[in-house]
Amino acid sequence: MTSTTGISIRGLTKTFGGKPVLDGIDLDIAAGERVVIIGPSGTGKSTLLRCLNYLDRPDAGLISIGDLSVDAAHARNSDILGLRRRTGFVFQNYALFANKTAIENIMEALITVQRLPKSEAVARAKAVLAETGLADKADSYPAALSGGQQQRVGIGRAMALGAELMLFDEPTSALDPELVGEVLDLMRRVAEQRQTILIVTHEMQFAREIADRILFMHGGKIVEQGTPAQIFEAPQDVRLRRFLARIDG
Amino acid sequence: MQGLDIGYMVGLMPVILSYVPLTLAMASVAMVCALVLSALLAVERVVRVPILDWLVIVFISFFRGTPLLVQLFLFYYGLPQVLSVLTRIDGVTAAILGLMLHFAAYMAESIRAAIISVDRSQWEAGQSIGMTQWQLMQRIILPQAARVAAPTLVNYFIDMLKATSLAFTLGVTEMMGAAQKEAAGSFLYFEAFLVVAVIYWGMVEALNQGQKVLESYLDKAYAR
Ligand SMILES: Nc1ncnc2c1ncn2[C@@H]1O[C@H](COP(=O)(O)OP(=O)(O)OP(=O)(O)O)[C@@H](O)[C@H]1O
Ligand SMILES: [Mg+2]
Repeated sequence: MTSTTGISIRGLTKTFGGKPVLDGIDLDIAAGERVVIIGPSGTGKSTLLRCLNYLDRPDAGLISIGDLSVDAAHARNSDILGLRRRTGFVFQNYALFANKTAIENIMEALITVQRLPKSEAVARAKAVLAETGLADKADSYPAALSGGQQQRVGIGRAMALGAELMLFDEPTSALDPELVGEVLDLMRRVAEQRQTILIVTHEMQFAREIADRILFMHGGKIVEQGTPAQIFEAPQDVRLRRFLARIDG
Repeated sequence: MQGLDIGYMVGLMPVILSYVPLTLAMASVAMVCALVLSALLAVERVVRVPILDWLVIVFISFFRGTPLLVQLFLFYYGLPQVLSVLTRIDGVTAAILGLMLHFAAYMAESIRAAIISVDRSQWEAGQSIGMTQWQLMQRIILPQAARVAAPTLVNYFIDMLKATSLAFTLGVTEMMGAAQKEAAGSFLYFEAFLVVAVIYWGMVEALNQGQKVLESYLDKAYAR
């Protein structure tokens, strides 16, 4: 599932009730690059990811993935669906379909969006489920799974899209501490496949280990970016230094 | 006071029971149509199509705001007068039409509330994988709403089953009509209508049992 195309974001802007939450974000992500976003609460990290998936509609800005360019000024429904097909989204609260089993959750997009024949969809869903280590839970409903298992299915659902970009919004924040590890392990495996990923997380150790590049967001802007070594060992911006000090402390 | 003529009641029972299929047929046809119509009305109320939304609101308001008996008379006596092609509408058709529209208006409100109760994350998850609104509604939202609305809908079906007795007033010989005719000959009105009451009671109790089975089936996905 290696991506061949990069992602380019220009002037992405979003306001909520007159308050700017994304303040003209420019960002390029290379194919196969693993980017982690860190930053204090309420600085627009989730909003950025949600805008990339058009779960929140940006007020302005251009998002390009491969041959598809979507301009907020005149995005049509078909553009939005196209963008969503090229991006997988992993939610903080898992958001599995409650009326579908684990395997049906993973199959849903294959059947309704990609319109694969049933047998092919089942085969692909089984393969993905095996990668998440949940082959034995194929027929379990979300209510019967632990948080960690649910999130692994959530990641599987996004993986099954074969998306060019995978977005993770604090995928371990809702988990009990003892369940964080299994989810991070799966994310590591996704990262090793050189899937292009954009992760918002507060797991600094994980970020340091997995990221090619770290972005620090503050007040709706990307204030500083660099390799994990640059960000953690030689932070420049005073707001980043304060943020890191607070996390270590 | 005279005693109950039990022998008469036992003899009458099979006669009245032979009208049960008609009662069940009227209620079932009206219910299936009402389910489809109410789901469409509910989805419209959630999605809010301009102009159509206004019509749906008026429709629901009218059929909830006027008595069922009045609605039945409007269809049976009124429709042929307004639509001259319909020189006559038979009582069974008028009853089914009236029951369907009346109960659809109530059921639409329950289904709408059930749709709204489905967590926002379910919508977002469907959108994020590229499903269309209609696919989402059909495959994710309505099935979850159905589970929430099911107990209420079964109650409406029970109300509807009992309300089929109003077809009697449109000249339909259903259980009430049959009992009335029998009693006119025997003068045992109390016995005749008691038989009708007992049969309705039995059917409603059977439905209550069915409701439990239905609920445990619908809860299957949500059991821990
Ligand atoms: N749907 C919304 N309506 C109104 N305001 C919103 C909405 N979503 C987000 N906001 C506001 O936008 C700002 C940025 O929110 P966002 O969720 O993107 O922050 P975040 O960086 O992800 O924070 P956290 O680390 O707490 O998840 C916040 O002030 C938030 O209150
Ligand atoms: Mg957030």
